Amino acid sequence: MTTTVTREGTPAGVRRPAPRPGLRDRLSRWDVKASPYLYVAPFFIVFGIVGLFPLLYTAYVSLFHWDAGDDNPDFIGLDNFKELFADAQFWHSLENTVSIFLLSSVPQLIIAVLLAALLSTRLRGATGWRVGILLPYAASLVALGIIFANLFGPKYGLVNGLLQTIGLSPVDWQANRFASHVAIAIMVNWRWTGYNALIVLAAMQAIPKELHEAALIDGAGTVRRFRHVTLPLLKPTLIFVTITSTIGGLQIFTEPKLFDAMPGSNNGGSTHQFQTVTLYLYQTAFENFDLGYASAIAWVLFLIIVVIAGVNYLLTGRLARTPRRKG
Amino acid sequence: MTTLTARVSRLGKPRKATYWVLAVFVLGSLFPFYWSFLVASRDNGMLTERVPPLLPGGNFFANAARVFDTVPFWKALANSVIVSGTVTLTTVLFSSLAGFAFAKLRFRGRNALFVFIVVTLAVPTQLGIIPLFIAMSKLGWAGGLQAVIVPNLVTAFGVFWMRQYTVDAVPYELIEAARVDGCSMIRIFWNVCLPAVRPAAAILAMFTFMMSWNDFLWPLVVLDVGNPTVQVALEKLQSGYYVDYSLVLAGTTLATIPILIVFLLLGRQIVAGIMQGAVKG
Repeated sequence: MTTTVTREGTPAGVRRPAPRPGLRDRLSRWDVKASPYLYVAPFFIVFGIVGLFPLLYTAYVSLFHWDAGDDNPDFIGLDNFKELFADAQFWHSLENTVSIFLLSSVPQLIIAVLLAALLSTRLRGATGWRVGILLPYAASLVALGIIFANLFGPKYGLVNGLLQTIGLSPVDWQANRFASHVAIAIMVNWRWTGYNALIVLAAMQAIPKELHEAALIDGAGTVRRFRHVTLPLLKPTLIFVTITSTIGGLQIFTEPKLFDAMPGSNNGGSTHQFQTVTLYLYQTAFENFDLGYASAIAWVLFLIIVVIAGVNYLLTGRLARTPRRKG
Repeated sequence: MTTLTARVSRLGKPRKATYWVLAVFVLGSLFPFYWSFLVASRDNGMLTERVPPLLPGGNFFANAARVFDTVPFWKALANSVIVSGTVTLTTVLFSSLAGFAFAKLRFRGRNALFVFIVVTLAVPTQLGIIPLFIAMSKLGWAGGLQAVIVPNLVTAFGVFWMRQYTVDAVPYELIEAARVDGCSMIRIFWNVCLPAVRPAAAILAMFTFMMSWNDFLWPLVVLDVGNPTVQVALEKLQSGYYVDYSLVLAGTTLATIPILIVFLLLGRQIVAGIMQGAVKG
């Protein structure tokens, strides 16, 4: 063990406090006291500027009729929120968001757990498989959005080409509301399933082998061991993965923005069939320049995310607990 | 009939089907990248063919050259390198400093401040883009790279990550010894702590770089068309009434190649990092 610190220049009496505190001593005491605060300060300053201030200021802006560039916005109280609750397009976009979120996160988590179970076996070339599964994580969402919009194109898209080759009729992935949700969900799943599988895999590998051996000796087959040993012990990880995918899923923006048949548009399709809340927020703020109304959308979305994350937490806890009682 | 001991010893051994299923997943992971390269290396006529060709054509460089003619792609690349590079450096430095303080130094309010950081992990910063945009406009930063860099100087995830690692990686005895030798705090951090936490810092650097390189919403909001990052330039390539897919997908390929190379070189560490984060988190 070597430190590059030298003893040269250290006063001989440093181990015992000198009778008269010299400048060096006072500096050193100040150093010990102040350093921790200095070291943690950057985070709090940045968070104050980009996290806390925006959250509070968004609430303030939402009380005004505030056009971008307007120096004297009108105070209108809760009118933005009243208007929002009566706004069909907002509810429509919320439905789209929830639909896309469910279509993506539910299959994604199920597949991720099963994939993790496969990856947790004693594979040859284990790292290679893991890297391969994680590959989509490196893709840029923009590139991905463009590529998938191309694959799901109504006329010349590869997906419709395949459907026709096996004798099915093509689907208009962009015009049909449900189909567009499915296509966007596939995009989301393609990127995140492998990532979540690795997180679940890590938790699986932390399960002691003895538990599986004991269950096997008790006569439990693969499926029963998975349900009664693996799943209950994965509970904290499943909660973590569900909550992070909820927070991400409810803010989905890039995929629907790039999926539009009219690129550059923020409509989310001709009848807003796949416009999500964040896309609507973006359109309101940066296309229609109605910052007050957009801020109201942001706050309602924030509250929805908090509530759904909370419900998720309770639900995941309950689901994962049941099998353990029986076992 | 197999004996119990034989069954126990076979526990966790993969079947052949496991390899097949995984192979399908890996091919599925690769396919969109390959497809994008396929279109980028041919011309748009390919897309109208009923059975698309399976091998790349020879037009990739011509299409790539058109990307540079259509949008300021060199500038976008340089901007992305500057933004991602700066953000990565500062995030790793500030997160390591804060992680060191939270893990090894005693100060009033330490626990409360750390709990606060963990809670902020759940705050979706995306929703704050409106006031942030107003603030950046008032500062006169809108359109400039500092508007993308400053909000990302350090992250809650980074601080959390470095703190978790520093707790185990840096023994108190080393810090004490350095103190006795008369080291200042910042020298202890630099000479004792930083070398010990280098693996975690490297993983954080990779994550931060990838996230920053692929960031889209905020740069789209705050940057000008003439001064984009790569992601914003890609979106601009696609906008318009007629989409030239060979051109657009040449752009996505160009933007993906650097990050894909980084990923393939460092894949092992990235995987290890994700799995480590999952256990500790």
